[in-house]
Amino acid sequence: MGVAKDAPQDEIKRSYRKLARKFHPDVSKEKNAESRFKEVGEAYEVLKDPKKRKAYDQLGNNWKAGQEGFQPPPGWNAGFEFHTGGFTNNATGTSQFSDFFESLFGRRAGAADVHRTVFKARGENSHAKVFIDLEDAYHGAARSLKLHTTVLNKEGHPQLKERILNVKIPKGVKEGQNIRLQGQGNPGFGGGKAGDLYLEICFNPHALYKVVGRDVSLELPITPWEAALGGKVQISTPLADMIDLKIPPCISSGKRMRLKGRGIPGKTPGDFYIQLKIVFPDSLSEKEKSLYKALQQEAGNFNPRIKLEDNHEK
Amino acid sequence: MKNEIIKLFSGVVLEEQQAISLAELCQCCNLATEQLIVMVDHGIIEPLETNVTISHWTFSGDSLVRVQTALRLQRDLDINLAGAVLAVELLDEIKELRQRVAFLKRE
Repeated sequence: MGVAKDAPQDEIKRSYRKLARKFHPDVSKEKNAESRFKEVGEAYEVLKDPKKRKAYDQLGNNWKAGQEGFQPPPGWNAGFEFHTGGFTNNATGTSQFSDFFESLFGRRAGAADVHRTVFKARGENSHAKVFIDLEDAYHGAARSLKLHTTVLNKEGHPQLKERILNVKIPKGVKEGQNIRLQGQGNPGFGGGKAGDLYLEICFNPHALYKVVGRDVSLELPITPWEAALGGKVQISTPLADMIDLKIPPCISSGKRMRLKGRGIPGKTPGDFYIQLKIVFPDSLSEKEKSLYKALQQEAGNFNPRIKLEDNHEK
Repeated sequence: MKNEIIKLFSGVVLEEQQAISLAELCQCCNLATEQLIVMVDHGIIEPLETNVTISHWTFSGDSLVRVQTALRLQRDLDINLAGAVLAVELLDEIKELRQRVAFLKRE
């Protein structure tokens, strides 16, 4: 948690609060936010209680999450109170602690659990982000996801199980939308139903296109003579088709052309925008330069900065 | 070559859903009706029609994720509901702004 071994309790609390805000999956910009958040929570759960903190300090290096075959020393659970039912009491009744942690402190740990009541509850919901390409939103796609769910093994200890789930990404999804897969979350307890799986759609950055909502835009470089004279340019869209785009003459840099309805499909499909950008070669030949100079003579009256000059004179 | 039949799971795109009932919202978020009404009072979600009885309230598809996010923030960051509601609204705004910035940041 980044605090010194002898740090006072309120410093630990401050540090926890700061880290919790930083790594909370709903808020965090960090990679692996969810696992970091869990780590921080577990660390705090131990350190905030002076008794547990002392025990942790004594255990030292043996405290390694996920270490196979780690047996808590006898009496480890004795004298430590944990929340009822082995889960944190909260509005949604879900557990925020990793399986390893629960095996140490949870109700299911240790042999002293004589009156084990049958505990029936709906399984935890799980959340994941699914990264797709823009083309997937146009066509729909299938995605193979690796998920981790918490299940109870033979001894009744929580265990992280990996499974692969093949999911259909429907056509027309946009960034930030959520797909709910009923019953694909964590399994229930004591016969309770499984929770749901929520997938948040995220787009991989695209080499060519930018996306805002359902609108897709492409920056199209054109030559000075194409801009001056107009013409036909071939462009590709995310549908992988080639379109002939008719550029009107005398079109300036920064002008946007719109192809209605060619954005991401949907009830109201988005639009496809083409942002024109006039581009020059790195250098001009002598002949080209003289031609441009001739143009300059011919079009000398055209002043694009007239507004700026007027403003200056006021 | 073995032809495997891969089972493909489909879900519902929440934001495209026409409406979600009060009962379904309560069930998915593990909330009692009273608790959900408190959420409505705080303005994080709004019933699509107000001139019906509470049991007939329906909500837009994106309500589910908003409520779940607010509950998670409340639980994990020890903030009250009003704070969580504000956080959800700000997060929405941030998401949209980030998209626009990425759009404007063309090389």
